[in-house]
Amino acid sequence: MGGGASTVKPTTVPERLAVNSFRVDEEESHIVVDQELCRTTGSGAAIIAVCPAGVYSEQDGLILVDHAACLECGTCLAVAAPGALTWRYPRGGFGVSFREG
Amino acid sequence: MTSDAAGPDFDVVVVGAGIAGSVTAYRLAERGLSVVLIERGDVPGSKNLSGGVLYGRVLETVFPHYLNEAPVERRITRHVTTFLNADSAVSLDYSADGLAEPGNAVTVLRAKFDPWLAGKAEEAGAFLMPGVRVDSLLTGPGLDGATTVVGVRAGDDELRARVVVAADGVNSFLASSVGLRQKQPTNHLAVGVKAVIRLPRADIESRFGVSGDRGAAHAIVGDCTLGIGGGGFIYTNTESLSLGVVLRLDDLLRSGHTAIEVFEHFTQHPGLQQYLHGGELIEYGSHLVAEGGYPMVGEVAMNGMLVAGESAGLAINSGLTVRGMDLAIGSAIAASDAVVEAVAAGDTSKAGLAGYRRRLDESFVMQDMRTSARAPKFLERNRMYGPYGELIADVLQNAFSLDGTPREHLLNVARHALRRSPLTLRQLISDGWAGVRAL
Repeated sequence: MGGGASTVKPTTVPERLAVNSFRVDEEESHIVVDQELCRTTGSGAAIIAVCPAGVYSEQDGLILVDHAACLECGTCLAVAAPGALTWRYPRGGFGVSFREG
Repeated sequence: MTSDAAGPDFDVVVVGAGIAGSVTAYRLAERGLSVVLIERGDVPGSKNLSGGVLYGRVLETVFPHYLNEAPVERRITRHVTTFLNADSAVSLDYSADGLAEPGNAVTVLRAKFDPWLAGKAEEAGAFLMPGVRVDSLLTGPGLDGATTVVGVRAGDDELRARVVVAADGVNSFLASSVGLRQKQPTNHLAVGVKAVIRLPRADIESRFGVSGDRGAAHAIVGDCTLGIGGGGFIYTNTESLSLGVVLRLDDLLRSGHTAIEVFEHFTQHPGLQQYLHGGELIEYGSHLVAEGGYPMVGEVAMNGMLVAGESAGLAINSGLTVRGMDLAIGSAIAASDAVVEAVAAGDTSKAGLAGYRRRLDESFVMQDMRTSARAPKFLERNRMYGPYGELIADVLQNAFSLDGTPREHLLNVARHALRRSPLTLRQLISDGWAGVRAL
């Protein structure tokens, strides 16, 4: 077995995302959360747990959304209660562009 | 059989230039149909991500010499399955050079592979429309009174066609919008979190025991996912590794961990540094994986529309192999044959398109989906992801670490190890039997 900490760099989500190619849609977000439903259904905690890009975070009981970081997998939508999350693909030409895939 | 007055702009609109979409568009254009292939990414492949192993024999039926032509990475001749514990590992290592000729499994990077495939469709005469997000389906009443799909809407533009093929991916908003796909329970879905790391070719070959264009595929279960249902993978590309975890959503949510924590635990696992050390991350991505198997495949056809590939829930996680791309190709072959037949007959209603499901059922696609129908339930037995690896390692530890005390018969060692393990003999027999039946 090898030893010690990760030798794969970089090691944080923002650093990993910075390596990707994104064209951010500054005019509209493809993600909208319903704060009330996110709280009452537990969807807020669920989407924070499953998102690999750290798009969602919680501050003072509100779910914050960083749509620019989205990897467009749709996992959040799969775990959110109906109505708690409006999630669609970004407009054509926007969002992540994989160069490896 | 479209009910619009304007008449169709194309015979077929294919939505999504992934593997299912591009193969469908290629085969339709080859047969002389007018086809538009709409892709939301700026270039095909730029929105597409997979773990990376394509079981590509079926692609040879469409492109006989694709291995010499397509941008594939390595031919997999070594499959390693590892139970990885916190500080020990037990592997099953299968290597056979015969797996390379003819090519069986190859690694691919979709941002490189998919443009080639979409290019084939274009060469055959399909009209590629990249950078366009389809927003909704155009529908109207059919002759039978049921909804009929007559085209797609993208922004202010409308495109009408005799048939729409929805190959818009695992989230298939198009199939959902007309009720062909329902929201899936979380135990039918997994999130794949993936990184591509650059590594010199010589390091890949020495670390994975491969050379030339040969490669290795490692499947890893156990502590690398913190015991969460699913597993990890490391695949060799030509000059990079594809690696990551696939986590069943119900179990991930139950665990209290985040997907990010599990991914980082995986990349930092001491047992994997021998493969990963020194690698430079060049991309980070994720993908939702359909793992529900056969029960997840619903209706695949309606008046004026077919659903292909992952959009139809076509994916198999058998525990040993994770497949989606080959099923996408198989469904594209069935879909394109059915569309050609329906257009020629002038009947693109659900009944006219019924040849799609029949061909799917007759092909390896549905046969394999049915064969693996028990795998999802089996893999939900969470003992797979922790105690087993520890039990086997415990037995082997006793067998291999000679400390001067007299050796016991291996069967006794196993008995003692089982006693220390949270597993019971009853569970062992039950899981063994279920495993044989499922896989």
